[in-house]
Amino acid sequence: MQPGASLRRDPSLATALRGTAARHRRERVIGAVLLGAALLTVVVSALIILSLFGGAVDFIRQIDLGTLFADGWYPRRGEFDLKTLVAGSLLVTGIALLLAVPVGLLSAIYLSEYASRRVRRIVKPILEVLAGIPSVVLGFFALTFISPVFVQRLNPGTSDFNLLAAGLGVGILTIPLIASVSEDSMRAVPAALREASYGLGARRLTTSVKIVVPAATSGIVAAVILGISRAIGETMVVAVAAGGSGGAQFTVDPFHQGQTITAAMASLATGTDRVAGATSAFQSLFFLGLMLFIMTFVLNQLGDIFVRRTRQQY
Amino acid sequence: MPSTLTEPTDRVDGSGNLPTAPRTPATAGVALRMERTAAQPLAGGDADTDPAAEPAVDLRDVSVYYGSFRAVKNITFDVPPNAITSLIGPSGSGKSTLLRAVNRMNDLIPGTRFEGEVLYHGENLYAEQVDPVEVRRRIGMVFQKPNPFPKSIYDNVAFGPRINGFRGKLDEVVESSLRRAALWDEVKDKLKQSGLALSGGQQQRLCIARAIAVQPEIILMDEPASALDPRSTLQIEELMSELKKNYTIIIVTHNMQQAARASDYTVFMNMGEDRAGYIVERSRTTDIFTNPKHQMTEDYVSGRFG
Repeated sequence: MQPGASLRRDPSLATALRGTAARHRRERVIGAVLLGAALLTVVVSALIILSLFGGAVDFIRQIDLGTLFADGWYPRRGEFDLKTLVAGSLLVTGIALLLAVPVGLLSAIYLSEYASRRVRRIVKPILEVLAGIPSVVLGFFALTFISPVFVQRLNPGTSDFNLLAAGLGVGILTIPLIASVSEDSMRAVPAALREASYGLGARRLTTSVKIVVPAATSGIVAAVILGISRAIGETMVVAVAAGGSGGAQFTVDPFHQGQTITAAMASLATGTDRVAGATSAFQSLFFLGLMLFIMTFVLNQLGDIFVRRTRQQY
Repeated sequence: MPSTLTEPTDRVDGSGNLPTAPRTPATAGVALRMERTAAQPLAGGDADTDPAAEPAVDLRDVSVYYGSFRAVKNITFDVPPNAITSLIGPSGSGKSTLLRAVNRMNDLIPGTRFEGEVLYHGENLYAEQVDPVEVRRRIGMVFQKPNPFPKSIYDNVAFGPRINGFRGKLDEVVESSLRRAALWDEVKDKLKQSGLALSGGQQQRLCIARAIAVQPEIILMDEPASALDPRSTLQIEELMSELKKNYTIIIVTHNMQQAARASDYTVFMNMGEDRAGYIVERSRTTDIFTNPKHQMTEDYVSGRFG
């Protein structure tokens, strides 16, 4: 028998191998829908950035640039002192981090390294409930509890509204985020490393601080950066507790009233200021939005670079 | 070989609950034991160890429970000093559990319970006031999978001495530990590199160097070569026979050739009907493999089960 002589081609097999037209069409439709969803987010982001830029440019055109450097942020009076808001935002964020980073990290170490499985099962959801408290509630808490009980006792004569109370309120909001993200990264550290450490006669604290935390650095840095973004972007707590809804004097004193970028935007958008005063007040909203966007964008990029660098080290 | 390692460091003394007396004349003690080991005819038919030599560690009626499950039961044997004792047996016979009981690593697993005694220089390591941390400083461990810290080679080895408050020339300890682990020549020019950049076999030798650096008396090895290729395995075995001059080694292995090649004494364990591990036979390695007392041992070492 000749090789290949018995090889008879079955034409129906060839057709079957090609698949049905309907299925090919379905695949194409699915691909298009998914692409559309992806494109939508890109387009929306692009539109937001464009409108921010457009509004910001209008605002800069309308105003006298000198008003960007005044004594304070009083949009109704046409005083748009930027450093007032930037200082307010940095102050509130700084205070929030001073509270949230140590407390968050220590809770993460406790949950990941010390707590028994049972305790963790109870405590972690509670921590996450804290993250779910609406920020306006926390703002109210900062105003009616933190301010009188803590701040005014610390420095008698402080107004009910002050940046310190607002910063601490934002800090409380940020704790669960930092604790949860860094706990996840600590728990992801292989158990084998802990065993190696214990096997060398290390105690629990030594193992936590010298092995687990360094191995989880990238996650912890990510947690802190997320925390910063959260704190900078937080609006309601500051709007309620920091005072200065109509405007604020430039200050770096945490016992003063103050205004952050976000809180200034909120008060511009909620009406009272929109009608009153110069029309450019409303336009300044876009400018602030753009500033906020650039700040968080740069922060996230810095964070990314740092996370990548610590990863490369090992 | 630098002599620094055989000298006791100050960290060993003073802080522990364990008596430091047997540890203090370590240099002399090690030297003495070395002579004894050298004088011992390994091929002797007697399973019992030299009665003059104090066992490095002595397990008495040890049972370990995970919750209500008993993993090993009524284990009694002593471990001769400056020799390699291997634990062999089928999966589930409790070899690793038993090994980890020696330096109280099982304490780290919630729900474990221990019965019996582990005697170390006459002290029960499970006595109430004994601190497991002090136990592990004297009885080191090398694990199945190489687990170097994500730190530099230098910092991996220096970790143990540092956390134990070592005051002395750290560079020397790192170098001598790496030399003893037969790794120095390969890494001496890249001590600042990450330990994770090494090959598997090198990583395991790094882990051995790391364990040596705290100057334990006993080193426990839980299948140290099972994740390595044959050449690295051989290197580890050669290293072990070099190390037993200064240390007592207990090794868990699934590899019977390894037990036969590398160890002086062998403990054969099996799983009972209650699924608890127990000792079938413990002898000099040559006897276990050539002249086992139990049929079960013979079946196992000849590969008929397990």
